[in-house]
Amino acid sequence: MTVPPARIRTLTIDGKDVGAREDETILDVARENGIWIPTLCQMTGLSNIGACRLCLVEVAGSTKLQPACVTRVEEGMQVTAHSDRLAEYRKMIVELLFAEGNHICSVCVTNGHCDLQWLAQRLEIDHIRFPYLYGKRSVDASHERFVLDHNRCVLCTRCVRVCDEVEGAHTWDIMGRGTNARVITDLAQPWGESTSCTSCGKCVSVCPTGALFEQGKAVTEMVKHRELLPMLLTMRGRQR
Amino acid sequence: MPSVGTKAGTNAIAAPTDDKRWRVVDATMRRHGYRPAALIEALHSVQESFGCLDEPGLQYVAASLGVPLSRVFGVATFYHYFSLKPQGDHTCVVCTGTACYIKESPALLRAIEAEFGIANGETTPDGSLSLLTARCLGTCGLAPAAVLDGDVAGRLQPAELLERLHQLVGAAKEVAAR
Amino acid sequence: MTPEELSELAVAERQRLDRLAHQINVCTATACHASGSEAIKTRLTAEVRERGISGQCLIRGVGCRGLCTNGPMVSVEPQGVLYQHVTADDAPALLDSLASEPVSHIQAPTDDPFYTRQHRIVLEHAGEIDPEQITEYIAVGGYQALAKALYEMSPADVVDELTTSGLRGRGGAGFPTGLKWRTVAKALSDRKFVICNGDEGDPGAFMDRSVLESDPHRVLEGMAIAAYAVGAHEGFLYVRAEYPLAIKRLTTAIRQARQRNLLGDAILGTPFTFHVEIRLGAGAFVCGEETALIASIEGERGSPRPRPPYPAEVGLWGRPTLINNVETLANIAPIIKNGGAWFAGIGTEKSKGTKVFALTGQVKNTGLIEVPMGISLREIVFDIGGGVPEGRSFKAVQTGGPSGGCIPDELLDSSVDYESLTRLGSIMGSGGMIVMDNTSSMVEVARYFMEFSMTESCGKCIPCRVGTAEMHGILTRFCEKRATERDLALLEQLCDLTRHASLCGLGQSAPNPILSTLRYFKQEYLAALESNQPEEVGAAAEEGRS
Repeated sequence: MTVPPARIRTLTIDGKDVGAREDETILDVARENGIWIPTLCQMTGLSNIGACRLCLVEVAGSTKLQPACVTRVEEGMQVTAHSDRLAEYRKMIVELLFAEGNHICSVCVTNGHCDLQWLAQRLEIDHIRFPYLYGKRSVDASHERFVLDHNRCVLCTRCVRVCDEVEGAHTWDIMGRGTNARVITDLAQPWGESTSCTSCGKCVSVCPTGALFEQGKAVTEMVKHRELLPMLLTMRGRQR
Repeated sequence: MPSVGTKAGTNAIAAPTDDKRWRVVDATMRRHGYRPAALIEALHSVQESFGCLDEPGLQYVAASLGVPLSRVFGVATFYHYFSLKPQGDHTCVVCTGTACYIKESPALLRAIEAEFGIANGETTPDGSLSLLTARCLGTCGLAPAAVLDGDVAGRLQPAELLERLHQLVGAAKEVAAR
Repeated sequence: MTPEELSELAVAERQRLDRLAHQINVCTATACHASGSEAIKTRLTAEVRERGISGQCLIRGVGCRGLCTNGPMVSVEPQGVLYQHVTADDAPALLDSLASEPVSHIQAPTDDPFYTRQHRIVLEHAGEIDPEQITEYIAVGGYQALAKALYEMSPADVVDELTTSGLRGRGGAGFPTGLKWRTVAKALSDRKFVICNGDEGDPGAFMDRSVLESDPHRVLEGMAIAAYAVGAHEGFLYVRAEYPLAIKRLTTAIRQARQRNLLGDAILGTPFTFHVEIRLGAGAFVCGEETALIASIEGERGSPRPRPPYPAEVGLWGRPTLINNVETLANIAPIIKNGGAWFAGIGTEKSKGTKVFALTGQVKNTGLIEVPMGISLREIVFDIGGGVPEGRSFKAVQTGGPSGGCIPDELLDSSVDYESLTRLGSIMGSGGMIVMDNTSSMVEVARYFMEFSMTESCGKCIPCRVGTAEMHGILTRFCEKRATERDLALLEQLCDLTRHASLCGLGQSAPNPILSTLRYFKQEYLAALESNQPEEVGAAAEEGRS
C-alpha cells in the first residue's frame, strides 16, 4: 500500500517562516522550529485534548484564540505564539491552578522536578493574585507502591489517558465535575483496592506534579521518568 | 478498550441478585446490543428500578457493557440526575431556576432546612424525606415551584410548603404505625 | 401510506371534527397539569357521558396555550370561548353554557394583547390539537411538508428553501440553518446522523418542553425533512429526563408515526428511510453544547472537545452529524409547506421569522409567547406581559439565561433580533426572558448565574473550571458588602480570561451576566464596596486580605 503524499504548508509563527506537513499541528511545527509554547495537559504520545488552554495562540483573521496542540496548520497562516495578551492569559491560568489546589512546593516530593512549578518560573509568576480556594482534599496512600495526593492534582488527565491509551487498563477516570472533579481509580475506591490497576507506574511517570508519586520519597526526591513514555512508544512501534 | 459488549458473548455475567428488577435493566442493555454507548440508558434503568445507583448496580452495568469501572463511576457522578445514595420515602424537589429564584425559592429551601434539618441532597435521619433541587422544572409560570413525590406544586409560600410536607410525611407515619 | 392516503385521512379527520357541535380543549401541559387540569378533563368527560352528548361534544387534552399563570385553561371551539382558572366544579356550568352565554366569572378575554400581539408559527397548533393523536396533527396538515419534500423536491431543493428562509439556529447562537444543513449534506460518509437537541438546561426556559408536549409530531416531521435533506437515516432525540411528560408524548408520537409509515422504512412509499430513537439527558447544562451532547449520546461524560472539527464533519461516532434544537426543527415543516420566501417575509433583515420566549419573573402575564423578530423588548414586557405587578417598578429584563445579560429600562425600545441583543451585551439565547423589578439586586442576579455556571462547568478546561469558581467567590464578597476595589479589578480580569480562553460556549459566555450588569448597573457594585460601608465593618474585613 502506498501512503498518499502529505502536502506541505508554509506559514509564519511569530513572524518566522516555517514549513510543515498538512497533518501537523501548530504546536508540532513550533517545537520543530525552537519556538516554545507552554503546555500542561499535552504530552507527546498521548491524545491531545486542548484542555489546559496554555497553548492558546492568535491566528490572524480569527477573533478566537486557538489551542496550538489540536489546531492543524494551514497555508499562509500567520500565528502569533507570544504577545502581551497571551502572556497575561497564560500567567492567569497557572495562577488559577495554584489558587485551586493546595500546592506547597517546599514540602512537595517533586519540588524541583515539577512541570507546574517550572511553568510558573518560566512565566515569571511571583505571586498569586486570586484568592486561594483552600479546597478540602485528601491523600490516598493505600497502594503498596504509589501515593495519590489530590492537593497537588491539576486535573490534566495525563494519568487517565496513559492508563487507557498506553497501558490499556483504564483504571483512572474523572468523577464529578467543575472544581469538585477528582481523579479516581475504579469505583472511586482506595487505589490499593483497585482490581484493574496493573501497578505499572506509567501514571506516576506522566503526572506533571507531585499528585502521583512513589511511596517513601521525601521532599525533592521524586524525579519523574519522562523518557519512559517516548521509549515505550518507540519500542512498540518497532514490534509492529 | 472493548468496543463491543460482552454479555451476548461467551462470558455472560449473572445479575448481582435474583431480584426481578434486574430483568428490566437487562432488557434495556439488550435493546442496545450491550454496546458501551448504552451506559447512560442502562444507568437510567438501574436508577428507575432500584431508586439509586449502588455499587453492585454499577459493577453489573460495567461488566455487562464492557465499560471500565472508573468510567462508569465518572459518568454516574457527572450527571445531576443520577444519585448514588438511596432516597427517602418521600422527596421534595425545589426548583432553583431563574424565575423561581426571582420569586424567592431560596426561602423555601431555608424553611425546609430550618424545619426538617436537611439541606439540598440530604435525607432526614428517619429516612422519611429527601430534599433535592432542580435547575429548572420548566414550570416557570407557576414560580416558585416544587415537586412533591412527583406532583408539581406551584406558587408556594414557605408555610404552605411545610404544611404539605408534614402531610406527606405524617400520612406515611400513620400508615406505618397501624 | 401514500401522500394521497395522507390527504384523504386529513380530510376525513377534519370532517369528523366538523360534525361536532363543540370541541372542549383542556390544557394538559405541565403547568396546567400541576394546577389540576386532569381532574377537569375527567369531570367534563363524565358529565358529557352522563348528559348523553358524547356524539356532539368532544373533550380532549391539548398542549400549552401559553398563559400558564392563569391556568388551568380551557377553550371551546369552534365558538372561540376561552376560560381561565378553571376548576373541576366549573364543569357543569361550562357544559350548561354551551347552548347560551359563556360562564362569565372564568371567561378569559381573547382580545388581550397577550394573544393579539403574538405571531404563532412554531406554536400554531399548541393548545389546538391533542398531542397524543397523530390523526389530529394530520388533520391540520401535518406531514404534508414531508410528503412535499419527498415527492416534489430534491434534497438540494430542501436545503435551498431553508437558505432562502433565512432561518437561524434557535438554540442561542443563531447559526444559519441552511448553511449548517448544506455542510452536512456535502460531507461524504456512508452514515450520517440527525440529532434534535431537547436538552433545555437554561434555568428559566421551557420553550422546548412546551413544543414537545404540545405538538411532538411537528418536531419529528422537521427531523425527517432534515434527514432527507442531508442524507441521514438515523436520528436521535436528546431530551431531558426531567421532562417525563414530553418523553411520554414523544414516545407515543414516534410509535404512531411508525405505524402510519411516516417514520421507519420506505416512508410514504418512497425509498427514504429514517429511524428515530429517544436518548435521555441526565441533567447537565453543558450537554447543550454540540460536542458534549454527542459525547453524552455515546454514553460518556458530557465534556466538550475543541472544534474544529465540527460535528457536521466529525460528529456522532465520528460521522457527519446535524444538530438542531427543538424550536429550529419545529420551524421546518411550515417553511417547506409555505416556502422560504414566506418565512423570510417575517422578522428583520438578518433575523427572520418568529421566536418563542418563556416570559417569566416579575411580570403579570407569565407564560410562553411567540413573537415576530424585530418586536421591541418594551412591547413584550409591557404589552404582552402586562408590565410588572402593582406597586413595583421595572428594573431589567434578562435574556439568554446564564449566557446572557440584563437589559435596563432605557434600552427597552431595542429590537429583538440576534445582532441587537448581542450589541446590548446579552444574547438571544434559547428563549428565557426574565423580568426583574426594583426588589432584585443585580449583583445577586450575577452571582446566581455564576453559581449556575460554576456548578455546571464540566471541569475540563482551567479558565472555566477555576475561573467561574473565583468569580463566584468574588461576587459573594460583593453580596456580603466586603469587596474591595481590587476585587472589582480581579473580576474584570477573570471575565476577560474566561470569555476568551475557555474551551466551549459555556465558559466563553459565563461572564456575560457580570459584564452586562457591570455595564448597566455598575453603581450597585460600587455601592457594595467595603470602602463604602460603615467604618467598623471595613476594618474587620481588612484582616482577611492577602
